[in-house]
Amino acid sequence: MRTETRRAIPNPLAAVVLVAFAVFFVLPVVWLVLAATKTDDQLVRDSPLSFGSWDALRANWDALTGYQSGAILLWLRNSAVYSFVALAITLCVAVPAGYALAVTEFRGRRTLLIATLVVMLMPNATLVVPLFLEINAVHLIGSMWSVILPYAFYPFGVYLAYIYFGAALPRELLDAAKLDGCSEFAAFRHIGLPLAAPVVALVGFFSFVANWTNYFLPYVLLPSSDQVPVQVGLGTLLDNVPQFNPTAGALAVQRPEVALATLVAIVPVLLVFLFSQRFLVAGLLAGATKD
Amino acid sequence: MTTVAPRQRRSRAAPAFVAGYVILLVAFGVVPTVYAIYFAFTDSGGAFAGLGNFADAAADFRFLPAIGHVALYLVCWLAGLVVFVVGLALLLHRLQVRGAGRTLRFLYYLPGALAGAASVMVWLFVLDPAVSPVGFLLRALGYQTFGQVIAPGNLPVLFAAIAFWTGAGGWIVVMYGALNTISPEVLEAARIDGAGAWQTARRIQIPLLRKWIVYMVILAFAGGTQLFVEPQLLSQASVGVAGRDYSPNQLSYDFAFQNDNVNTAAAISVELLVVGLVVAAVFVVRSGFFDAD
Repeated sequence: MRTETRRAIPNPLAAVVLVAFAVFFVLPVVWLVLAATKTDDQLVRDSPLSFGSWDALRANWDALTGYQSGAILLWLRNSAVYSFVALAITLCVAVPAGYALAVTEFRGRRTLLIATLVVMLMPNATLVVPLFLEINAVHLIGSMWSVILPYAFYPFGVYLAYIYFGAALPRELLDAAKLDGCSEFAAFRHIGLPLAAPVVALVGFFSFVANWTNYFLPYVLLPSSDQVPVQVGLGTLLDNVPQFNPTAGALAVQRPEVALATLVAIVPVLLVFLFSQRFLVAGLLAGATKD
Repeated sequence: MTTVAPRQRRSRAAPAFVAGYVILLVAFGVVPTVYAIYFAFTDSGGAFAGLGNFADAAADFRFLPAIGHVALYLVCWLAGLVVFVVGLALLLHRLQVRGAGRTLRFLYYLPGALAGAASVMVWLFVLDPAVSPVGFLLRALGYQTFGQVIAPGNLPVLFAAIAFWTGAGGWIVVMYGALNTISPEVLEAARIDGAGAWQTARRIQIPLLRKWIVYMVILAFAGGTQLFVEPQLLSQASVGVAGRDYSPNQLSYDFAFQNDNVNTAAAISVELLVVGLVVAAVFVVRSGFFDAD
């Protein structure tokens, strides 16, 4: 193309495209929030982007929490337990491992590093059915550890810690500590750990979001409906919406209740997003900057 | 970014530092892989079955369609991802209004919070003309009911749209960050030489973004082959009319849980595993992205 504009003058077409995409990304979220404030009748008859009423919102909440006497709250509790316990294990395991990979030499280090990179790039759904077979063989199906431990295995966290310690740890400091007769454990405790706050936040963010939003693994590994996390619970609600499933029958769930449930299910991740934008950008970039 | 600091001599403590991680890696990375391979090559009695399970899977009437569905979905998803993510990042980068750029990036990123089942729930409503915020659009396109919207021919595009909606924002942020690493002098020089926005993008910015684009495509491809939650929930929402056994992962799941045939399920899993593993390994070794020193 030979026609060239001389200078970067603000381009109205560009602005239109940018705004159009903003609408594409945000409109469904706005609709979701508003849908939770309506009755099913209002959902169909009123303008899609109108506010219903606080009364309807309260009624939806009562109906939702009334579903199987508070199933949604149980699901949320399950999600929280799985996500946080797994997160705690991930941190205890990934931070020392990343530290050792970054600052020490040991047999198998390179193999471990490459294995970590490869597993990290594999989508986590790949291993779900094989994991089921394994966990079934050791009779752990239905135990909460059947999801917590696989969640806790988080190679991306190890990679982030490895990159971080490799870049942030002053080597002279470690040498000086060694000269002073500091053991490797003491060096990690007194020098590595105090510096680790940013990487703990970063790994914590990504691990939490990944755990909270996982669907396939708990769907397969947790057979009992009172054990499932909220993501899988949403699917259960969906099965009882008459408009989607005409055979729903007595347990019928109204669509605004499903909208509210979806909203409730994402609130924790949304909060984490709002408060950790910085980490997020840094982490997304760390996922591949190392040159 | 700085490279990893030179390491100490052989460490005695290192094994203790990595022990926990290695246990998890073996238990939830290596063992399931080996176990799946074992199942894939044996029959229900545990005797060696050669490629029998793979042949059974391939002969199943749902197998080839599932591969086809995912292939079609990947084409839509990857094409849309590359064109729109790169395009939007370039436009954002040229935007002079500072605050607006930040806000837009955040808005694009926001649906990422709905990853997983939540995004599908939202889209079930968005795609239902009766309640959709874009019902007028759906009706203008000739769709009066949810059933018409989720016609089989539309599914690849719809799943791609859902994936794009939740996943693109993060990549736009990444690309934008990468564009910021290009020095202003280079862009200024290009401008003085008479390069317009299009020329600058094509000759300077996109070539410099290339490795990021490759990274994105690789991850999106690997993730895309694993399609599960979208068709699974859609099939629930349409009482099995659309989306049932749509993807290889669903098929593997159904073999294991509906047909009680874990060997064939494992064969499909192994195939998916090989795809994921090969893609990841080639990328790690060849891209130079992760120099494992």
